[in-house]
Amino acid sequence: MADLLNLKEWVAVLGQLLMFALAAPMLVAWVKRVKCVLQNRKGPSLLQPYRDLSKLLKKEVRVAHTASPLFRATPYLVFSAVLVAASTVPLLQVHLPTTALADVIVLVGFLALARFFLALAGMDVGTAFGGMGASREMLISALAEPAMLMAIFTLTMSAHSTNLSSVIQHVLDTGLLLRPSLLFALLALLLVAIAETGRIPVDNPATHLELTMVHEAMILEYSGRHLALMEWAAQIKLLLYGVLISNVFFPWGIAETATAPALAIGALAILAKLVTLGMVLAVSETLVAKMRLFRVPAFLNLAFLLGLLGMLSYVILETSL
Amino acid sequence: MRVVVIPLMAISAVFAVVAGFAALQQELSLTATLPLGLPWLPWQIRLDSTSGFFLMLIGLVTLLITFYAPAYVREFESGQDSLPALGGFTGIFLAGMQMVVLADGAFAFMVSWEVMSLSSYFLVTFQHEKPENRRAGFIYLLMAHVGGLSILLGFGVMAAFGHGFAFDAMRAATLPTTWASIAFALALFGFGMKAGLLPIHAWLPEAHPVAPSHISALMSGVMLKVAVYGLLRFTWDLLGNPLWQWGVVLLLVGAASALAGVLFAMMQQDIKRLLAYSSVENIGIIFMALGLSALFSGTGHPVLATIGFVAALYHALNHAMFKSLMFLGAGAVLHASHERNLDQMGGLLRRMPWTGLFVLLGCISISALPPFNGFVSEWLTFQTALQAWTMDSGILRILLPVTAAVLALTGAIAAATFVKLYGIAFLGRARSRHARRAREVPFGMRFSLGSFSLMCLLLGIFPTQVISLLGGITNQLMGQRLAQATAHGWLWLTPVSAETASYSAPLVFAGALGIWWIAQGLLRRGRVRKIRRGDPWDCGFGMPDARMQYTAVAFAQPMRRVFSTLFDVKESIEQDKAEIPRYTLTIHDPLWYRFYLPIGRLVDASARRIVRLQSGNVRIYLGWSLATLVILLWLIS
Repeated sequence: MADLLNLKEWVAVLGQLLMFALAAPMLVAWVKRVKCVLQNRKGPSLLQPYRDLSKLLKKEVRVAHTASPLFRATPYLVFSAVLVAASTVPLLQVHLPTTALADVIVLVGFLALARFFLALAGMDVGTAFGGMGASREMLISALAEPAMLMAIFTLTMSAHSTNLSSVIQHVLDTGLLLRPSLLFALLALLLVAIAETGRIPVDNPATHLELTMVHEAMILEYSGRHLALMEWAAQIKLLLYGVLISNVFFPWGIAETATAPALAIGALAILAKLVTLGMVLAVSETLVAKMRLFRVPAFLNLAFLLGLLGMLSYVILETSL
Repeated sequence: MRVVVIPLMAISAVFAVVAGFAALQQELSLTATLPLGLPWLPWQIRLDSTSGFFLMLIGLVTLLITFYAPAYVREFESGQDSLPALGGFTGIFLAGMQMVVLADGAFAFMVSWEVMSLSSYFLVTFQHEKPENRRAGFIYLLMAHVGGLSILLGFGVMAAFGHGFAFDAMRAATLPTTWASIAFALALFGFGMKAGLLPIHAWLPEAHPVAPSHISALMSGVMLKVAVYGLLRFTWDLLGNPLWQWGVVLLLVGAASALAGVLFAMMQQDIKRLLAYSSVENIGIIFMALGLSALFSGTGHPVLATIGFVAALYHALNHAMFKSLMFLGAGAVLHASHERNLDQMGGLLRRMPWTGLFVLLGCISISALPPFNGFVSEWLTFQTALQAWTMDSGILRILLPVTAAVLALTGAIAAATFVKLYGIAFLGRARSRHARRAREVPFGMRFSLGSFSLMCLLLGIFPTQVISLLGGITNQLMGQRLAQATAHGWLWLTPVSAETASYSAPLVFAGALGIWWIAQGLLRRGRVRKIRRGDPWDCGFGMPDARMQYTAVAFAQPMRRVFSTLFDVKESIEQDKAEIPRYTLTIHDPLWYRFYLPIGRLVDASARRIVRLQSGNVRIYLGWSLATLVILLWLIS
């Protein structure tokens, strides 16, 4: 149970939130940069997403005549829901008071809340694009959510806890080696993360005004600071999945005590893990082509099966010992 | 009607809430004998924690509906339907439900149960001039009687072993496992039929939508809970100590109902039919939690069994709140636009801002999103299922997480369904003249909607208070109080232990509001605060019109295609003389063809055989009577 009056812990939470918000554009820029190198192109600077965001924040907001108040409230709501979710994922240190406030199921719930409003905002203006994006997004998420929870259940059942700090501590204590259940859960979660953050092959973040778009179709009517918040929230979501996967499955280096050297090692470790993960994502996006929408269910079924295999191998191989 | 019946309803509801709350909090057990019934079968009633909880639930929904009903029934005053009938049968219906939860004997229970079923039949067929309403009423009446018969047989088994119809006698009886399982199966069939479990749900999506909306709210929000109460009372109180095999049955039936219910809800275009199918889903979730509870108590984990049980009760309370809210919201839309078809709505949020806001809160709750109430009960169900590692059997250890994944799929499709409902009906642009002319509903209706959505928020933010209140029921039925769930103060919900899982709904809600406030404060203060209004993006082809928007049919298309094997889908495009293509889509419940119609044909065929007895000759009839009498005499002697 978190000690609510311990000011130091809350400073850590605030610091982590700021780090999530500030570092998120960098991860997107890094993935784009690596992709450009792989495709023999000269990529934009790593600071480009920051420049885009600050430009958007300065621009005037233009809202359609047909939009309702929900359209204007949604960017703030999506942004805060994603940040609440991000505040519960340990970034530098294992022990975070917010993991007791909201466990991993609540985290999934807040991401679902953000998606719910994103889809509604897409339908608000009353154009065909918005409805198209919303309908597809809800299909993808409906199939991704059980797969994600199946992978998470494997982890939480072996850790006997849904608290993310406890899960990471459990993985640290027992070690990753020779644990087939964790391996399957990792693969499942990687596939789900690709679908949920709208990356290739499920959705293409670089496309605009094409009939294949999902996320971009929903935010097509946004401009100015509203668009900045939506883009920023999407970047934070990508970072969130990256940190979740790296810290849960590869927790080495994460700070177990809140001392300065431990935190510095933790920061370096997570940086190295995210750089690697970003490179993996860039390579896979370069190798794989975008799928047709109706092949996405097969992709997510694979994720669910991997999660189920993880659960089976946990029950058969790891509990009977 | 408005002057007499509704104030009486309100008074009865206030008494029900006060009595129910007092019984629940003080854990009373009051008994009385009513001057009804037969000399050797006194009509006993009893108010204990369990009946108190359900009495409170009935009273609370009724009370909030009494603010809604006066304005809503006003339009029936000029119609051809009889308002005294509506008011009278509503009163009898409410009395029947309250008597069911208070009954302390099988006799009183069955009479009240039938009063509830029959009076609601007349409410379903209130607008009987429409043939589909009469058909829905007939199916309802038929299935209610089959279900009632099954419950009666279940009580019969109990009475045979308990030597009496009073619940005390049944409680004292010890049944052999086989007979206990038979009694449980009969009760599950009977109560499950009333609750709308798969595959005996067919009446529900027919009957609930055609009643007036506040009656639909009472039927979906409250009457289904009375069926849940019946099963609880029968299985946990009278039979006692459920076996784990019953838990498996409940879990599987619940999971099937939840998934099928939500998939069918996704396919509907009629707003009230969609909500009715969503009731099948939510009842499925309640039965899943009950199944988990039975599984854990049958395998010797009383604490975990209590968590599952509390999750089921909590979801019953939540469903009563948000489903009533949604049906009343649908009624408000019907009142304002006279439309039930989603594809004729659109843009209602800007015309009915308050109704729109409250229905939005209902949609968030029913989609099990934090920080609203639907999330808390699903979270508790997940937490129960995740304790599967304590099971000894490997098959059960696998089964539980898989059903939890089914629950996750159900929740995600429910979110898609309610994005569809809200996005098509309330957002975008009006698709018909009726929707364009919709106006906000009167204050009474808005007040009722607002109170229901406030209840949804409060039940979501303060779960610990609710759970400590539910401790009385679990103490009575399972001898467990779930003290550890609320041991860390009102901020923390820790169902198993603080190490296993904790959720602090008030703090999370405050944190989300705080971040929102900061983001809005920082960004709105900038140099460019002004917002310019313009036309939506038109790809350079001129303003898109309202017909280019996605429709409810279009929104569900990807889902329909992915799950196409589960439905009977018929799509066709025909061109008429003017070469205008016409798209028709029909979706049927496959169970209707594979389950109900064969049974119907069987009944028809056997009726044709039996009709041979009816020769029209009086002497043969007398012969049959004599033969029956002789056989009966032989049986008795």
